[in-house]
Amino acid sequence: MNLSRSKKSRIVIAFISGALFGSGMIVSGMADPNKVIAFLDIFGAWDASLAFVMGGALLVFTPIYHLVIKKRKMAISGEQFAWTNNNSVDSTLISGAVIFGAGWGLAGFCPGPAVASIGGGSNIVLAFILSMIVGMVHANQYLAGRFPLPIVGYRKSVCKATSESVKN
Amino acid sequence: MAFSIPWSSLFGGMLLGLSATVLMLFSGKIAGISGTVSGLLTPLEGESSWRAAFLSGMVLSVLIVTPLGFVLPDVSDKSILLVSVAGLLVGFGARLGNGCTSGHGIIGMGRFSKRSIYATCVFMVAAIVVVLIRRLLGVLS
Repeated sequence: MNLSRSKKSRIVIAFISGALFGSGMIVSGMADPNKVIAFLDIFGAWDASLAFVMGGALLVFTPIYHLVIKKRKMAISGEQFAWTNNNSVDSTLISGAVIFGAGWGLAGFCPGPAVASIGGGSNIVLAFILSMIVGMVHANQYLAGRFPLPIVGYRKSVCKATSESVKN
Repeated sequence: MAFSIPWSSLFGGMLLGLSATVLMLFSGKIAGISGTVSGLLTPLEGESSWRAAFLSGMVLSVLIVTPLGFVLPDVSDKSILLVSVAGLLVGFGARLGNGCTSGHGIIGMGRFSKRSIYATCVFMVAAIVVVLIRRLLGVLS
């Protein structure tokens, strides 16, 4: 009984925070790829307004994390916190960030705004979501050592990769 | 040029921060979108229902904000081929780099995680360089 109640509250909390997240994406202007490109176009007609999106998010999350969440042993639901204390900046992280950034700069879409925009009825958004999922499957297969990439081949240190990809 | 604070961007960003706070404080989970989507592709026991619920909330959020006067932008002028190539890169890179603009840029940065600070700086620079190259090539629409 207790277990099923906590499971239900987990789902409700996830739904509410998903609704907040999606609303934030649309309200903030992140869902507009033209605005994203204008934000990244620092050598052109730079539109700095999206810097306030990350600023606003950090303004809320950072103090609560450091003053409240970090001091707790577990979440209110009794579950462990999902973060890792992994501090190693490795080539996988950096090359992933380069590839992600390149894709972001190419079209101005990133995962959050795209998911929030599904309901807008645009086939462009759906094409992005679909190919993003295909890209994720490729990366998951590569990280698990089952899929070779051009030039680099199969991934060597598979154990670390799979334990890492579980998080976040 | 007069500068005014973009209130909707600030407020929207605060909603993202509130969402990340709620999810982590109550359930201990990270509101990273690429991780949430990707986690459903390789499901672990007890980790799928909250992800599905989170994504449903995101998809349905348009029903909350539309009556308040916020509309989704028209993106029909974009090239579907270019967007698809970008999608492949974004999905692949986000998994390889273990996070995207939300997981690294908000939660990781807020936690002062070294990995997330590096990742955020790197993907920002990469995106700025790609936009600059597109500007120089004259294909920046």
